[in-house]
Amino acid sequence: MLIPHPLLGLRDSQEFTYLGDASLMNRPDPAGPSAEAEFCDYVFLRDNPAGVHRELWFHEQGDRSWLVVTRNTLTHEILGAELARNLPARGAE
Amino acid sequence: MTRLIGGLIDRTAPLSFSFNGKTYQGFKGDTLASALLANGVQLVGRSFKYHRPRGIFTSGSEEPNALVTLHSGARTEPNTRATVTELFDGLEASSQNHIGPLERDLLAINDRLAPLFAAGFYYKTFMWPRAFWEKLYEPAIRKAAGLGALSTLPDPDTYDKGFLHCDLLVIGGGAAGLTAALTAGRAGASVILADEDFRFGGRLLAESDLLDDSWPSEWVDRTCAELASLPNVRLMPRTTVFGTYDHGIFGAVERVSDHLPPSDEAVRQTLWRITAKRSVLAAGAIERHIPFQDNDRPGIMLAGAMRTYVNRWASAPTRNADDQVAIFTNGDGGHRTALDLLGKGVPVLGVIDTRPDAPVFGKYKVFAGATVTGTKGRLGLQAIQIRQNGQSTWLEAGALGVAGGWNPNVHLASHHRGRPVWDEDRLAFLPPKDGPKGMFPAGAAAGNGATSVALADGMRTAQQALAELGTTAGNIPLPRVTDTPDTQAAYWHVPTTKRAWVDFQNDVTVKDIALAHKENMRPVEHLKRWTTLGMATDQGKTANISALAVMAELTGATIPETGTTIFRPPYTGVSLSVLGGGNTGRHFRPYRLTPTHAWAKVQGAAFTEVGPWMRAQYFPRDGETHWRQTVDREVLSVRKDVGLCDVTTLGKIDVQGPDAAEFLNRVYANTMATLKVGMVRYGLMLREDGHLFDDGTCARLADDHFVVTTTTANAGAVYRHMEFAHQCLWPDLDVQMISTTDAWAQIAVAGPKSRQLLQRIVDGFDLSNEAFPFMACAALTVCGGLRARLFRISFSGELAYEIAVPARYGHALMERLMTLGKDLGVTPYGSEALAVLRIEKGHAAGAELNGQTTAQMLGLGKMVSAKKDSIGAVMSRREGLAQDGRRLVGLLPLEPQSQIPAGSHLFTQGAAQTMQSDQGWVTSSCYSPHLGSYIALGYLENGHDRIGEVITAANPLEGQSFAAKVVSAHFIDPEGGRLRD
Repeated sequence: MLIPHPLLGLRDSQEFTYLGDASLMNRPDPAGPSAEAEFCDYVFLRDNPAGVHRELWFHEQGDRSWLVVTRNTLTHEILGAELARNLPARGAE
Repeated sequence: MTRLIGGLIDRTAPLSFSFNGKTYQGFKGDTLASALLANGVQLVGRSFKYHRPRGIFTSGSEEPNALVTLHSGARTEPNTRATVTELFDGLEASSQNHIGPLERDLLAINDRLAPLFAAGFYYKTFMWPRAFWEKLYEPAIRKAAGLGALSTLPDPDTYDKGFLHCDLLVIGGGAAGLTAALTAGRAGASVILADEDFRFGGRLLAESDLLDDSWPSEWVDRTCAELASLPNVRLMPRTTVFGTYDHGIFGAVERVSDHLPPSDEAVRQTLWRITAKRSVLAAGAIERHIPFQDNDRPGIMLAGAMRTYVNRWASAPTRNADDQVAIFTNGDGGHRTALDLLGKGVPVLGVIDTRPDAPVFGKYKVFAGATVTGTKGRLGLQAIQIRQNGQSTWLEAGALGVAGGWNPNVHLASHHRGRPVWDEDRLAFLPPKDGPKGMFPAGAAAGNGATSVALADGMRTAQQALAELGTTAGNIPLPRVTDTPDTQAAYWHVPTTKRAWVDFQNDVTVKDIALAHKENMRPVEHLKRWTTLGMATDQGKTANISALAVMAELTGATIPETGTTIFRPPYTGVSLSVLGGGNTGRHFRPYRLTPTHAWAKVQGAAFTEVGPWMRAQYFPRDGETHWRQTVDREVLSVRKDVGLCDVTTLGKIDVQGPDAAEFLNRVYANTMATLKVGMVRYGLMLREDGHLFDDGTCARLADDHFVVTTTTANAGAVYRHMEFAHQCLWPDLDVQMISTTDAWAQIAVAGPKSRQLLQRIVDGFDLSNEAFPFMACAALTVCGGLRARLFRISFSGELAYEIAVPARYGHALMERLMTLGKDLGVTPYGSEALAVLRIEKGHAAGAELNGQTTAQMLGLGKMVSAKKDSIGAVMSRREGLAQDGRRLVGLLPLEPQSQIPAGSHLFTQGAAQTMQSDQGWVTSSCYSPHLGSYIALGYLENGHDRIGEVITAANPLEGQSFAAKVVSAHFIDPEGGRLRD
């Protein structure tokens, strides 16, 4: 698989480490009234869609950027890749 | 000998080879199969299940029968297709799957028992008694079935891997592939042309249609010469593209030296990873057969293969030159074979054509509207039974060619789930419309197999593919061909009450498919698994389509409704060795070496693997006969004098920026923001689920500059996690980090005399307890100006420091400390003594941080700050973790000389040893020379309230049970006086 790195262009997926669902960027408010329940969902519950999925890849053998890659899990088509640190609204929509 | 005239073999280069110990002659350009046929050898193996005699069935990689073992000793290579084995002088081959000589296989008894071995037989028969399966049935069945055997010796050959990029990858170098490559090559595109054969040309080498009034091989040679002259074209013969992967990536294996005598120098095979912007699939087609009764005898082969042997290799398919050859066909293809055989002077019995209106193309007998209904000849075909107009006749025949139409090679176009599409006109499955992006099927692979059509199709397809890249490729001159399109009529199998083989390799017959139908195993995927159809090395390349046509007939469904099974890589078998690409042994996982590795080697150290590193384990001295003696001495030296240990392998991460303190506050469970400049703090890192992730130290060198350490094993994971926390959770924090594990050599200087020793290398630095107390850190210079960092931290529980210098000075620093510390009794110690020292002190390491433990269990629950947020803080407070009463304790066996193995489970004395009564487990265990007793650490239920209690540590795996006293985890100096003085 080739991942279109926003800064470095097409890079082989072997250079990356995969983490998973980009919803991991939506860390709950630890001071919120139902923080424990929200963290429980955050830590343990993931969507596993057959289709378009936003997910986190770390360019470990490269520039060490965390990317949010939008990928179709059925076809492996990559619809886009963004630098995680540039995303104002964190992770999955 | 049945060698004919002509052919693409070099008669000036005779080669000698052996089959089952007998020596034969062949020529350069032969395959093992063509050379065997030319020597009149039809019988080459035994079938998988029934041990029926079998011969060569095809002329390519689709071969189901002619599987042989090549070479001997460690180079033994079982299950190799004779049809693609290029002949070389001295080749050794032998047949497989028989007891006794090939001609008199004792296991042929299985054929008599055939009714027992129908599809699903094993599933039904060997169900009971249940216990018999593992001990009796399975070993017996495995012994009788199966093909060749492995040598079980290490592979002595070398392999390589490589990466290639191109605009256009052309898969297959036949008519369509050659015109595609030439079209793209002349247009200046970068082209790779790969073919599994050792000679380009595909079916052009096998057919007799003239190109530009000459033999087709002349046009092929001219075209290859031009392609070879183009710098933008790479020709890759002997290269199988075995898989289509994502985004234009293909896997290919090049057989670099398989065609040469085995050698210790040459690379045997290379794994190529090819990234192509576009690809042309010109992989050709595979002929199918027509199942009829007893159709598996040696001498019966595909009619197209027969043409290949006659035209390309000048090998007749018969045992004797005057044996008659018959052809069974449902189309014009069989007649081509008859004409080519006659052209080479091979006697032709006639063509049995299923079509009542069968055409006649030459001077041979045609049996119109006829079928073959039986055969004779146990070790080689002797006679066939022809049924025509309700009459059956036996006629002598030494070989029979079968032509049932062609299946386009859609394999690589179907690796991305796309399902092939049935074409009723061509009676074939064509590549899917939703195949891999950027792949263009051409020629026979696209159903356009006639030579003139394929030549034009290759050019047109290459033009189309390059147009997508913005390259306009012009026409190339195509050779004139005088071929006429073949016609055929659907005819799938000759009905019989006896056995008619569909899949030769797995001994699956039409009857087995009927049985699967009867037992409701009707979907193709069920059919495949119930009958084993299409399994093993050939993956049913000559069987699958015929089988599903039979199933379609039985169910009354159409062939497209019945559908195909899923195609998966690899196209043909790929050895595990070449997938490793030469990364075996040390190349599979190279060691990382510490800066003092060379020094330790000179000292005679024993080494051990720690994560990716090689570390000195202990340093034996003369007269020490057991590793324990050495380790005990090293431990006692540290406790009494001073010891040196390379601790470079611990992960080091440099964290800088105005928000560095705030950032570390969020990734560590304990507070880091309050740490004073020049001080170090022990830190606990949690995972977001509240469990312990890693521990280490955090040193503040400046207001905005920290150096944190990680465990050796987690160095990479912690760094990744910290970058995640910064980039994905808190990108607003102004902080940067980088791993400096390799940049600094770090040596632990531990023991009561460590200050004295260090004083001899620091450049005027005050090491007194007041100036540089426990947990202090500083940047300084040593040895007259060398940049260094000093940390007063202790893993051993003694007065201790860790000193870091740029990695290239690590070796020199170690030597300097050893020289200067001689009078102090300085002793190098390895990872083993390091472990004993930390267990004696009750410090946690990997065994205590196994991913299932918490800060509370370590007795450090209070370190998880409730005043601030940090990763894992919220979840660490959840009920399940908060109520966990297990605590880290020390364990002293009542018999001091018996070791409690790590992993033992803890029980209240006298209690039943069950899951329910489990009280915890032992994490670490060693002999403590300081206490003169074995000791252990472990997590025990309510451990802190049970100090003094005697409990049971059990190791049921070895039937061991120990009585042990619960003590503090700090076996030495629980007050910590030693490290603070």
